[in-house]
Amino acid sequence: MDYRTVPTTCTYCGCGCNFFLEVLDGRIIGTIPSKSGPANQGKLCIKGWHVHQFVQSPERLTRPLLRKNGNLSEVSWDEALDYTASRLKEITSAHGSDSAGFFASAKLTNEENYLIQKFARAAVGTNNVDHCARL
Amino acid sequence: MTNSIAEVEDAECIFVIGSNTTSSHPLVATRIFRAKEKGAKLIVADPREVHIAKLADLHVQHNLGTDVALLNGIMHVILERNWHDRSFIEERTEGFDDFKRVIDRYPPDKVAEITGVSPEDILRIAEYYASAGTASILYCMGITQHTTGVDNVKSLANLAMLTGNVGKESTGVNPLRGQNNVQGACDMGGLPNVYPGYQPVNMLDSQKKFESAWNATLSDRVGLTIPDMLSGLMDGSLKALYVIGENPLMSDPDSHHVEKALKGAELLVVQDIFMTPTAELAHVVLPGASFAEKDGTFTNTERRVLRVRKAIEPVGESRTDWEIIQDISNRLGYAMDYDGPEEIMKEIAAVTPSYGGISYDRLEGPGLQWPCPDPEHPGTKFLHKDGFARGKGLFHAIEYQEPAEVVDEEYPLWMTTGRVHVHYHTGTMTRNSPSLHAEMPEGYLEMNHRDAARLGICQGDLVSVTSRRGTINVKTQITERVREGVVFMPFHFVESSANVLTNPAYDPVVKIPEYKVCAVRVEKAA
Repeated sequence: MDYRTVPTTCTYCGCGCNFFLEVLDGRIIGTIPSKSGPANQGKLCIKGWHVHQFVQSPERLTRPLLRKNGNLSEVSWDEALDYTASRLKEITSAHGSDSAGFFASAKLTNEENYLIQKFARAAVGTNNVDHCARL
Repeated sequence: MTNSIAEVEDAECIFVIGSNTTSSHPLVATRIFRAKEKGAKLIVADPREVHIAKLADLHVQHNLGTDVALLNGIMHVILERNWHDRSFIEERTEGFDDFKRVIDRYPPDKVAEITGVSPEDILRIAEYYASAGTASILYCMGITQHTTGVDNVKSLANLAMLTGNVGKESTGVNPLRGQNNVQGACDMGGLPNVYPGYQPVNMLDSQKKFESAWNATLSDRVGLTIPDMLSGLMDGSLKALYVIGENPLMSDPDSHHVEKALKGAELLVVQDIFMTPTAELAHVVLPGASFAEKDGTFTNTERRVLRVRKAIEPVGESRTDWEIIQDISNRLGYAMDYDGPEEIMKEIAAVTPSYGGISYDRLEGPGLQWPCPDPEHPGTKFLHKDGFARGKGLFHAIEYQEPAEVVDEEYPLWMTTGRVHVHYHTGTMTRNSPSLHAEMPEGYLEMNHRDAARLGICQGDLVSVTSRRGTINVKTQITERVREGVVFMPFHFVESSANVLTNPAYDPVVKIPEYKVCAVRVEKAA
């Protein structure tokens, strides 16, 4: 039996509550609020207490999907990534870099958001990058 | 937030406007409870009787979209009674005279007519706020999601400056940001006009800096906002859209319009953790990893950079989002070779002045609040202590403007939208959480009992709600939380999606939609 608690930060609202995810044999089994979390000081809201539930939902997407003959079908990562990259290249070669747009995400980490905007600006060549801050 | 969450509990007066704090930011609400215990005065201005209003010393229910008028009226009283902070205004601000000329035109009688708030209540708000040694403003989307969103925020800044309630502990103008890392996504340059750290894309110095850091040629054209990207898809100027961790089909106003736009894309890539309604329209769906499956950082509403740590492996074949981006970038011929998020953070610190002193070593423990410009800097608890970023704080002279859509004979009810305590945004996560879903499995329309009686609607009746954009069916909850003539709907539920109805009218400066005001008609469903 491998039991661990992993300190981390909540993925719901902007309070930034800290908690431990309880992990047993590779599965998250619970959430424990962190007393040293500066925002939450040992408390959590109802969403925070149950934050581990959606992570292991059977509804999670687990494989890349590609639209073929009108339907989304499971494909390998290589096929999905090759398709995405080649279509992005075709479209921006034909219509210019500003014919592509990117939504970054308030759900992703800082590091991932940094990479998305760097990708849009340096790899694709457009400043068409925005996220839900205005929504 | 200009100030920190912990400081809220020591404010002598807290002015909550347009924030359903107990539902949307429960752990900030805790600080309000503590402040009340310590004797603080609590003012709540909200068209609904949200839970925090029940604790308030004074709750006013102003008409939807009349925030500027209300705030100007409060400031009128403060000036008239000489409750303003003269030395702060002289030393730290400019533009006061032009501002005062506009404020002079908002006497309480006139403001009462616009807002529905009595002159006596306007006086009491002014008195509570201006007489406190420290007064803190907390606001949320009830302030920003308007065609006058920027005006609303500037009016709050005016109020804080007028009374010297900025740049010191337990004061400030404090937006409660709705998403865990919306602050960070902005800080990281997830915006069309700025690089990381808000360095403008159309300023030669910053363009050169990033061209050299990234070894690439960069565009100096400001990019498109989300509403402009959707319009671009409609008119064919935008061909490819890559959406990560967002569900615009439900989260953007006027869903029918958004659906048409997304269907017009030659390439729609959606990277997400669930099969959202947006993903169902995609050409490619890439399974990303949840927060529990990756290392990294989030930046909360008080600018605090906090560690996120990997607890389990990504489920199935899903992959962390940074790895997916890196792989596509390499396929496009722009090489990326990061070995992990810590290496990316080192690059962020090198190019982002406010994150210059942030490193994973320093984030063990309570995190760091930016600005944190160098490795010895302790971080910044509250902003504008010795001066504003632009030097002097600028008063803005702002006139009240009506919302973009107002009620009429055909659409006689005002509708506003918001969150509930157990759900989050488009429900992608919370509705896949059995305990939360069980608490509230379906959406509802809040309606005042007088309107319900007039329309012959009983508690729980299925009604159809129609705006100029569309119709949805939903169950009724009869209540006194909203006043006669106003209805409210949460926007988490795809079966009764409020954003089918909302108005895609935008603030002209920041393009935020007017989710908080539209006109609807309600009828008993056939």
